[in-house]
Amino acid sequence: MPFSTYLAKCPDCHEATEEELLVQLDDVLADYASVPGALIPVLQITQAIFGYLPETALKKIALSLGKPYSEVAGVVGFYSFFTTVPRGKHLVRVCLGTACYVRGGKEVLAASKDLLRIEVGETSSDRMFSLDVGRCFGACGLAPVIMIDDDVHQRVRPAQLPKIFDQYRDNSATDDNGNGESD
Amino acid sequence: MSDKLLPHGHPTRAPASQRGRTAEVLEHAKALGKQIEVMIDGRAITVPLGATILEAAQQLGIRIPTLCYHEDLCLAGVCRICVVEVEGQRTLQASCSYPITAPIHVKTHTPAVRKARRHILDLMLASHYGECYTCARNGNCELQSLAEEYGVDYFRFGRMEKPRYEIDLSSHALVRDMNKCILCRRCVRTCIDLQEVGVLEAIDRGNRIKITTFGDKPLSDVVCINCGQCINRCPTGALRANDNTDEVWQAIDDPTKHVVIQTAPSPRAGIGECFGLPPGQPMTFRMNTALRYCGFDKVFDTNFAADLTILEEGTELLLRLKAALANDECGMMNDESKSRHSEQSQLQNIHKSSFINHHSPGPLPQFTSCSPGWVKFAEHFYPEYLDHISSCKSPQQMFGALLKTYYAEKTGVDPKDIVTVALMPCSAKKFECNRPEMCASGFKDIDYGLTTRELAKMIREVGVDLPNMNKTDFDEPFGTATGSGVIFGTTGGVMESAIRTVLELVTGKKIESLFDYAEVKPVRGFEGIRYAELPITEVGPVPAIISHLFKDWNWLKGVTLKVAVAHGTANAKLVMEDIKAGGKLSECHFIEFMACPGGCLGGGGQPIPTSPEIRAARAKAIYDEDRSYTIRKSHENPALLQVYADFLTDGPCGHRSHELLHTHYTPRGKYIA
Repeated sequence: MPFSTYLAKCPDCHEATEEELLVQLDDVLADYASVPGALIPVLQITQAIFGYLPETALKKIALSLGKPYSEVAGVVGFYSFFTTVPRGKHLVRVCLGTACYVRGGKEVLAASKDLLRIEVGETSSDRMFSLDVGRCFGACGLAPVIMIDDDVHQRVRPAQLPKIFDQYRDNSATDDNGNGESD
Repeated sequence: MSDKLLPHGHPTRAPASQRGRTAEVLEHAKALGKQIEVMIDGRAITVPLGATILEAAQQLGIRIPTLCYHEDLCLAGVCRICVVEVEGQRTLQASCSYPITAPIHVKTHTPAVRKARRHILDLMLASHYGECYTCARNGNCELQSLAEEYGVDYFRFGRMEKPRYEIDLSSHALVRDMNKCILCRRCVRTCIDLQEVGVLEAIDRGNRIKITTFGDKPLSDVVCINCGQCINRCPTGALRANDNTDEVWQAIDDPTKHVVIQTAPSPRAGIGECFGLPPGQPMTFRMNTALRYCGFDKVFDTNFAADLTILEEGTELLLRLKAALANDECGMMNDESKSRHSEQSQLQNIHKSSFINHHSPGPLPQFTSCSPGWVKFAEHFYPEYLDHISSCKSPQQMFGALLKTYYAEKTGVDPKDIVTVALMPCSAKKFECNRPEMCASGFKDIDYGLTTRELAKMIREVGVDLPNMNKTDFDEPFGTATGSGVIFGTTGGVMESAIRTVLELVTGKKIESLFDYAEVKPVRGFEGIRYAELPITEVGPVPAIISHLFKDWNWLKGVTLKVAVAHGTANAKLVMEDIKAGGKLSECHFIEFMACPGGCLGGGGQPIPTSPEIRAARAKAIYDEDRSYTIRKSHENPALLQVYADFLTDGPCGHRSHELLHTHYTPRGKYIA
């Protein structure tokens, strides 16, 4: 099954119990068991299923791919997209790559912290948003950018943030592809 | 796989994340076998295509500093200390991982190179908790020496004032202090590449990167086998063995305690290195004098217990062999043979009555149990095969059990006042002596395990210059050992000793008639896995010590004893996978496993550094010592025969020996915690 199918299959993951999700993981592992270089795609799918990478899932992955635990942990630790702590429903990532940084990314981050009342790496008390810092999303021409889940919001100014966040509060998913207002 | 011996491992088994990008290119280029001339510092040398600049420079005698590079490991190229100038290249190149594919000109010590190296050192020192005075590696630290060599006279980029990480003291064997880590990843590569255990990994990145275990768990909670190979390869003091010298001094200084030490064969071949001698200088009898200077009440030879192990383990092998042959006339444990099972059941019933043993013998192949690193490896990764491991304790533990029973009785010392210390080349022995099941006498068999390095420290502390000590012998009653005990220190040694004894006992012919000078060459050497077949063509009069085992010994006639030897757990894994797949090695009767490359002489408690040449020199010292003994076979050890006559009266694998000298194993599972 292609990678995107797995991702599409689990929009309601947050409601399922961990046992149910582990069963889903079994299917994924069965498909990827003999695929070379399976570790990263499997981890991505797992994170999509669970919302984060729980230890039980990592152990399961290591066992079925025949890798030491430590190697899996090393890959998870290396990539900032992977997280081992539960996340809010929506992940806000503020880019602090060079272009975004010089065009005001730092202010956008400060405003996001204020608005959500959390620090980087934390999750808001209503479990709606987690805040993270990104290092370049490859959209430098649109700097400063923030990413919320898979949507890129371009040329963001701190004043626009309440409106952007509210879109996600109202409905769990949004059709907005992040093309928001442009200057 | 069945008619061919296993491949002896790949040049690198490291996961892609830990493998140098050039490693594969390098292997391919080397395979082409072409020669190429390069200039290094104005001197010409011809090297094989694909050799690295570092290798070429070494051949010319030019020293390029290295930190992440290690002869035993795959390339990493991460520390950059070995940078050199390659003419035509814009940037400096890491010489350890630069394969020579063109006739290049290299300069190894230009101002730019020296400045870069110094900056790299400055950066390392900025995040290294350099408490040199109190460090276990003070005076034997690669970072310290390089800082001195490159004239680091101040901390250009500051220094780590306070430790950042808690020291991991959870393990009996190892201590991990990440404040001293310079992220060279030698330990990571040792664990996954050399040993195929995979406990350690670099987690996170940037300035948050650190070498740790899965989920940052303490070493006692992960699959660490305590082999200590990472200690031997750590350039700094980030990894060290758990030091027991304070406890041992305390026992020595306590007048109510009777402190006895047993010394294993490998430390003698290595300890000279701690006193500036070249590798391979045997120190056996000088060390005895030094140990008495330190204040040990008695100095015994672990080789005595090694001889004891051979009799016990050899007997166990015969019992297992008999049981298996009763099931299967070919003595194989493979599936095809099961169809013949019913025909044999009648035979089985006949033989059953002749068993003297109280415990039913385990299956074949029998695995050795001397290496505690291997035992824990098997407990983690092959728990379903634990009944294949000989139930014999290791020589260290057997000796401890005898000291607190037989020796206590003989000398009238209360066993609670006997402190047993074991000098071992090993970090895993520290774990082994703390196993809860190792208390046969009601007391801990062995109280403290010391590594070769720790003893060198103690000897220096009493102001003794070991190389200039006079020679003295071991104490009685455990002073008599044989050449067989000595070779336990090297890979293949346990097997060779077992072959000497078993073949001689059952055939009644001198082993020298089969192998010149009793040297069983097929099991010697440093090849990862070795295999030998030894036909038993005749059965002679079996000596009294084991003759009671079977009424009739003719069943052994015509049996071909198949044995194998593996050292390093990566090779052990190859053997185990072959057995699992029903390959050639599953037909073996006896397999020797040693966790450390080279066997005990390359153990995690041996002097640092280690390399194939150093290990070969230590092996030579051990084989030379074997040749110097007049008695070279375990079953001829008079002191040992005395113990069987006085104490273990029901013979090898008898009731008493089972109580004291045998043990059981704990299935731990592959991925605990």
